[in-house]
Amino acid sequence: MLRVEGLRVSYGAVEAVKGLDLDVGAGEIVALIGANGAGKSTTLMAISGATAVSGGYIRFRGTAIEGRPASEIVRLGIAHVPEGRRIFKRLTVLENLQVGAYTRRDRREVEASLEGMFGYFPALRDRRGQQGGTLSGGEQQMLAIGRALMANPTLLLLDEPSLGLAPLMVERIFDIIRSIHRSGTTMLLVEQNARTALGVADRAYVVETGRIVLHGPASALLDDPKVRTAYLGEVIA
Amino acid sequence: MTLERKFWGPVGWGLLAGALLVPLAGVEHGAKIAVAVAIATAGWQLTHRGPAARAIARTGVILNRIRGRALTAVSENRRAWMLVGAVTLAAGPLALNNYVLDVLALAWLYVVLALGLQITVGFTGLLDLGYAAFYAMGAYGYALASTRFGVSFWAGLPLGALLAAACGVLLGVVTLRLRGDYLAIVTLGFIQIVHLVLNNWDRVTNGPNGILHIGRPQIGSLVFTDPIHFYYLMLGVAIVAILINTRVQSSRIGRAWMAIRDDEIAAEAMGVPTTRLKILAFASGAAWAGVAGVCFAGKYAFVSPESFTFFESIVILAMVVLGGMSSIPGVVVGAVVIVVVPELLRGVQDYRMLAFGAALVFMMAARPEGLIRRGLPKRRPGAAAA
Repeated sequence: MLRVEGLRVSYGAVEAVKGLDLDVGAGEIVALIGANGAGKSTTLMAISGATAVSGGYIRFRGTAIEGRPASEIVRLGIAHVPEGRRIFKRLTVLENLQVGAYTRRDRREVEASLEGMFGYFPALRDRRGQQGGTLSGGEQQMLAIGRALMANPTLLLLDEPSLGLAPLMVERIFDIIRSIHRSGTTMLLVEQNARTALGVADRAYVVETGRIVLHGPASALLDDPKVRTAYLGEVIA
Repeated sequence: MTLERKFWGPVGWGLLAGALLVPLAGVEHGAKIAVAVAIATAGWQLTHRGPAARAIARTGVILNRIRGRALTAVSENRRAWMLVGAVTLAAGPLALNNYVLDVLALAWLYVVLALGLQITVGFTGLLDLGYAAFYAMGAYGYALASTRFGVSFWAGLPLGALLAAACGVLLGVVTLRLRGDYLAIVTLGFIQIVHLVLNNWDRVTNGPNGILHIGRPQIGSLVFTDPIHFYYLMLGVAIVAILINTRVQSSRIGRAWMAIRDDEIAAEAMGVPTTRLKILAFASGAAWAGVAGVCFAGKYAFVSPESFTFFESIVILAMVVLGGMSSIPGVVVGAVVIVVVPELLRGVQDYRMLAFGAALVFMMAARPEGLIRRGLPKRRPGAAAA
């Protein structure tokens, strides 16, 4: 569904992503794990068109999308849940969701998406008239995911959905992510919380300094000694 | 804080404001603002802690409560209050003298200006300090069209709006990559440039002497000359502006503007074409300034560069900030207050800019979100179902 080849992204003189390759098949959850500054978020931003690409190819369902404007990419079916949630603080919950559906014109379909989304996040329905900034961290994360779902994506890019949340909330969010996935949404998940990410993912890539250093089925990575010491914090005798 | 700092703080800020503003706004306005800044700073130092601060905060709470009560009273009996308001606005002028009517007509004119700037600054979060330039475009556009080609006022309205909007697009395109402070500085430069051009391009603008004998609005054989004519004209334009902006704010585009203001990167990621919408925000705001400019030219039958200065931009910005950045009723109140209050302070002529500055600072301390916060939209029945 998504194929990234030799992706390069630079911020000024600094190259954050240095020739990265990855694949996401239809119906998969693929995790991208790695340390701070490895280039995971930048990769997602490049895919969704939020940042400029300096080299390489990104193909989504056969269409080259690298360098295309974000609005076009959203229309093709990729929605992005940005790192740190980035909800619109002074807009209401409902308005946040409506902005998520910005690229869609058919009101009835949008209304249907809204109902579907409230199915995953009933708390948002109760808070729909409230300003986004007044929500708790967990609710803001739900809103960020809900907002992305309003674009009716076939591929959802999730950037650190566990960031800054209490363990119980992380569990709840990931339960919801699983059920969204079961309804047929493909996902590319970026996480520092490697254990959680590998727990839900089918396959995973390990990113270090802008390149893929390891990839394979999530279960195999969970057993990989390198991953266990570097990302799962285990001490192997 | 030491006493010494308490003394030098206000003096320093006052001098700095003077040094910056005298060349820009002229000696008279610049000095006034500088003194106002000094007094405001002193006031701030005295009040931002301690009992005075509590008193200010308390006043804010009381203001809020009054507003709450008023809103409930109005919403409980919406129709009746709207009728009362409409009758007052429509019939009131018959009982008022020309001076009051003139002030009110000016207030409605500024309502239109402030509503336009609200689109750019309040909704989209683009700090435009050069807004008066668009006002000048409308005024000079109509002045020239009227004196050279005999274009009527009514044809001038859309013409002025278009001309100003085109300039808005131009400024928007030029400043696309700029944000915050940098955008403010460039737009400030823009009004300076426009002001200088108006002052010096003698062949077209007649320089500082301005343009005389601009055609007044006319319906049939009725030529608009009396204050009461302009009261109704400006009231009409202001009501149209309020209605249109209210619709726009709750539209898809309005939401996207506010999303850009809250988080431009997130808006971009949601597929909002931020570049196009920012240019559109400049153009839409400018269009209202253009309309207001045409009305201004039609009202006074005379335009000159001194009406279109950086100071003018700041006054309009103050209306938006004072009223409440994203509340339309707030901006209307802000504009009326800022036009009417200095008139009420005419008794203390020389100090009115001081009092005005102090009032603004007081507002910032008591109610930083402006007089009226944006009322959150009503729940839509469709979304409420199930």
